[in-house]
Amino acid sequence: MENILKFETSRMEIKKRSKFSGDNMVNVIFHLIALLMIIAVIYPLWFVIIASFSNPADVANGKVWLWPKVIDVRGYQKLFEQSQIWKSYWNTIIYTLTGTLVSLFVNITAGYAMSRKDLPGRKWINTFYLIPMFVSGGLIPTYLVVKQFGLLDSFFVMVIPFAVSTYNIIVARTFFQNSLPESLWEAAQIDGCSTMRYFVQFAVPLSKAVIAVVGLWTAVGLWNSWFNALIYLQNEDLIPLQLLLRRILISNESLLGAATGTMAQELRQLSDMMKYASIVVSTLPIMALYPFLQKYFNQGVMIGAVKG
Amino acid sequence: MKEKTLKNFKKYYQLYLLLVPSAILLFCFAYLPMVGIVIAFQNYSPALGILHSPFVGMKNFIQYFKSYQFGVTIKNTLLLSLYSIAVGFPLPILLALMCNQMKTKMFKKVFQVITYLPHFISTMVMCGLVLIFLSPSSGLFANLWRLFGQEFPNVMSSAASFKHVYVWSDIWQHLGWDSIIYLAALAGIDPTYYEAATVDGASTLQKIRYIDIPMIMPTAMVLLIMRAGSILGIGFEKVFLLQNVQNIMSSEIISTYVYKMGMQSMQYSLSTAIGLFNTVVNVIVLLLVNFMARKLTESSLF
Repeated sequence: MENILKFETSRMEIKKRSKFSGDNMVNVIFHLIALLMIIAVIYPLWFVIIASFSNPADVANGKVWLWPKVIDVRGYQKLFEQSQIWKSYWNTIIYTLTGTLVSLFVNITAGYAMSRKDLPGRKWINTFYLIPMFVSGGLIPTYLVVKQFGLLDSFFVMVIPFAVSTYNIIVARTFFQNSLPESLWEAAQIDGCSTMRYFVQFAVPLSKAVIAVVGLWTAVGLWNSWFNALIYLQNEDLIPLQLLLRRILISNESLLGAATGTMAQELRQLSDMMKYASIVVSTLPIMALYPFLQKYFNQGVMIGAVKG
Repeated sequence: MKEKTLKNFKKYYQLYLLLVPSAILLFCFAYLPMVGIVIAFQNYSPALGILHSPFVGMKNFIQYFKSYQFGVTIKNTLLLSLYSIAVGFPLPILLALMCNQMKTKMFKKVFQVITYLPHFISTMVMCGLVLIFLSPSSGLFANLWRLFGQEFPNVMSSAASFKHVYVWSDIWQHLGWDSIIYLAALAGIDPTYYEAATVDGASTLQKIRYIDIPMIMPTAMVLLIMRAGSILGIGFEKVFLLQNVQNIMSSEIISTYVYKMGMQSMQYSLSTAIGLFNTVVNVIVLLLVNFMARKLTESSLF
């Protein structure tokens, strides 16, 4: 009897151990896959950075893998010598800042108004805001309207016409509904506080989190955007950084001019260096802020997801 | 009655005032263009304007349907879209399932932060990276291949490999980010389920199979419907930037064709007609998929 019992326990132990070692295997495999993925993401980005500081011939011949063979900053030098890069960088900064402010203004105000359940005609207003999410006039009709308003080739076309984002309005509305207690508004109302004053003095200060999230999303989107600029801007002085990058990276246009013979070879290598340098320079602001912003971005996804 | 309306207005006018800025913008730049759709049925000329351009009925649509480009653009759009869904839908789910089971908290955190990172790179820079890395003479891949004595093919000038470049570079950029929503769903699972499963002797894989997957099914369904709904609405930007003369046969999609007809060939009416066709098909597909999902799985968008 005792023997059987002993046998049973030991069998269970073996079973337990083997199960745990199986789990350990799975855990090890998961971590290995994750490690490979980390390398697959990080290495190309790291390579761009070291390539931007390397001799272009070394990069082209595959001599640069983990660290520049010789530090060479001519890519950055040539890039910063171009007046266009400064101009377009400045344009992007201005578009991003102004565009974010305009967008926050129109979306947060609308989000608050629509969060109030006592708003008469709420259902109709909702529909009015939702339809553009599914139906649009399309490229040419929109272009013609923008043209009619005289907004082609202007600073305003980059920051005003497309500032409304129904998605951001919904995010703001959800936040106001869930985190501003109705009793607060009722109490304020009894004390004679107007809607405007309540919005400015209570609703906005209490919603810094959602404003930060929506603002960050908008800012990154604006920094990275170029489609509207492609359609609506012709003027060289107005184009944003991303469109200038199109010339450098995609159209392979040399900003340094044309040359022949050995000069041509040199020029081509310099343009290659400028490619790497321009990627670093244009992506740096977002990448530098990323670790700090990441938690806000995640929150944003969650708020959006709650809406379902 | 009149008094009540007046009182209501007095009570609520400030609330409406808050709606005014966004409503004006939407009216001008979303609703007015919808009116402009009529030019799809006209032979629009800028000199005559919308009001006086001659009405031609369905002529522009028929011209598109009969053109050689019709089959090509539809085929390419569908192919890229379906390929994207086939790879881009399951992989984030697998990643989230894996990430959720990782035991080392610190490592998991680092892993997440790093895999989300490429999502914030602009489409322009992303396409620039693709072109630089895939360059057959000096690119990273060419140099890697050379280490093993192989010649790296010129993938950007091959029509056949365009879809792979498009889809897999998208995976590289967005895989981590797309898994966030599933991770959120997994984080919402009651921990007692796992405890009970552990007591019953379930292995990690069994927990994934019998707890995680059923729990994230509804989320996955909704996301699948949304993706399927925009099956003909695949993003313009990346295809447009990666397109070149050599791969055009597999990279010309509806939206790039709309752009070319409209902004480059100035055929405003034809371009609008193609765009409208695209929108209508999108809405129909969305409704269909939604209907099917409701029948099959009880989860739907609306």
